[in-house]
Amino acid sequence: MSIFNLIRLALRALQRNKLRAFLTMLGIIIGVAAVIAMVAIGQGSKESIQTQLGNMGSNMVTILPSSNVAGGARMDASSFQSLTLVDVTALQKQATLLTAVSPVASIKGQSISGPFNWPTSLQGGNTDYFDIRKLTVQDGIAYSESDVASAAKVCLLGKTVVDNLFPNGESPIGKVIRFNKIPLQVIGTLVPKGVSSFGQDQDDIIVAPYTTIQKRMLATIYLQSIIGSAVSEGQSDAAVDQITSILRQTHRLRQSDDNNFTVRTMAELIKTLSSTSSLLTILLTAIAGISLVIGGIGIMNIMYVSVTERTREIGLRMSIGARGLDILLQFLVEAIIISITGGVIGVILGVSASTIITMTLGWPTLVSRSSIILSFMVCALTGVFFGYYPALKASRLDPIEALRYE
Amino acid sequence: MSKKILEVDNIRREFHMGTETVRALKGVSFSVNAGEFVTIMGSSGSGKTTLLNLLGCLDRPTAGDYLLDGTNVGKLTRNELAKVRNLKIGFVFQAYNLLPRTSALENVELPLFYNKTISTHQRREKAVRALEAVRLEDRLEHTPSQLSGGQQQRVAIARALVNEPVMILADEATGNLDTRTSYEIMALMQELNQQGKTIVFVTHEPDIAAFSSRTIMLRDGKVQRDAINENVRSAKEALASLPAADDY
Repeated sequence: MSIFNLIRLALRALQRNKLRAFLTMLGIIIGVAAVIAMVAIGQGSKESIQTQLGNMGSNMVTILPSSNVAGGARMDASSFQSLTLVDVTALQKQATLLTAVSPVASIKGQSISGPFNWPTSLQGGNTDYFDIRKLTVQDGIAYSESDVASAAKVCLLGKTVVDNLFPNGESPIGKVIRFNKIPLQVIGTLVPKGVSSFGQDQDDIIVAPYTTIQKRMLATIYLQSIIGSAVSEGQSDAAVDQITSILRQTHRLRQSDDNNFTVRTMAELIKTLSSTSSLLTILLTAIAGISLVIGGIGIMNIMYVSVTERTREIGLRMSIGARGLDILLQFLVEAIIISITGGVIGVILGVSASTIITMTLGWPTLVSRSSIILSFMVCALTGVFFGYYPALKASRLDPIEALRYE
Repeated sequence: MSKKILEVDNIRREFHMGTETVRALKGVSFSVNAGEFVTIMGSSGSGKTTLLNLLGCLDRPTAGDYLLDGTNVGKLTRNELAKVRNLKIGFVFQAYNLLPRTSALENVELPLFYNKTISTHQRREKAVRALEAVRLEDRLEHTPSQLSGGQQQRVAIARALVNEPVMILADEATGNLDTRTSYEIMALMQELNQQGKTIVFVTHEPDIAAFSSRTIMLRDGKVQRDAINENVRSAKEALASLPAADDY
């Protein structure tokens, strides 16, 4: 019998028992819909967590000088002078796992604008600094390469600084403020980032080219730190190793020497990220497995009942020329049609459920193509797996006994 | 006169029930020519059902040969038997065995699904023709529950006819029907027989056997009597002689 005829026969058989077919499907429908909705919620929250963490610069790598020991007392790490622009250039050239590298200079001090003043910190790097620190310019422009080269007296203000120096609401752009007596022209403001997870106000900041800070205020050639962006969070650890070997070379350290610098990653963020996503994955896999197994058992159950109930029909089909294989295929195709139809309805239901969840509860959801394909494949396989045994039983019936079955 | 459709040569069938061996058929021999209308009679336990299963290729004999249309059926595999049932035999059962909630047309089409050489278009055409042959052309889309017992049996006969088998094998085909309807069915059978169909009809009612051209009587697994019926009763006349509309 051709596959077309098989499907036709199976469809007719299912049509004769619409309610039973539907009830059988229900297990699969709920299973698939649950999987898709769950995965969508999981993916959605994972995505939003990732975006949030990404905004914090989760792939940021920080290189600090090692702290110095002077007379038994450990000194502030930034006081130790081991990082220079040579290191930055070497990293920019050789560190393939870093997408951007920037020197960092910072200084604390008092900012003054007219009658208002505010204690804050002035920080800066090269033009990549914004990218690495995930800072975005709200109004105005960022400083340029030539500003960096010429140690231009320009700056960008964080929201907290703007609020305190310009409380009357006028635009700070174009105004000149003074920081530790050095006049700086405001060329832009930064998009607010809020308070960090450590309770630190991330908007209490003024950003200027590092050269400006280094030359006009600190008067040093050494860098307080170097920051860079790893290709991805997952590559952070590899990037650390790469940076270490490059810097050991530029610092001409011998095998026996300790590193005179330390490389730090956003390890805490990365750990949170990976543990969140792996927990979600385990949870969702468990739900998916359980619901599909239950759906499969439903199919097997009903197919068994169906075979018993239709014993006479099977006998008749055999007496008019159906081979065992024809019967086997018919029941198998029925089971597969049930599971695939259930799968399709489940996908539709799951996708609409995720949409409704997003609309009513405002949870972020993301329906991934892979979850649809996967759950669909699994439910088709479930149909074959759980439909095979009842179908085999049907195909092995003795036509004589089947015909006389009451 | 004409070719032998069916040749049964000394067939035996034994069943093993635990340690006991039940010999249902103890060497039965007969042959049926094309165009004959044979009834096989016998009381219960006579081996009637066993013989029917063998003739219908649902079962294989323990010993002896059964040739259906020149093929030795005893030597065939399960799948080959299925093919023989599909192409050479048309079954009519006592309980009709129609698929519920399925139109008459689709019930009749069913055997053609198992015949690879028939296209979808041919299938429908043949099914309609078979239903026309049993005069149910105005009931094509009716489901069994919408048909009377006689009509259901006629659908079953159409299903038996649809693959143009060499033989129609009826098993107590009138057992569930009242006298009038039985006669109607027998009239139809006679009509089909006159058109050249070979019919083997298993029954235990002598009344019904009278409509056939030959009766084989089984008793205790052996042929007790095998006689040509000299004066075949016409089912049509029998129908006419019934008191008209005695209901109400």
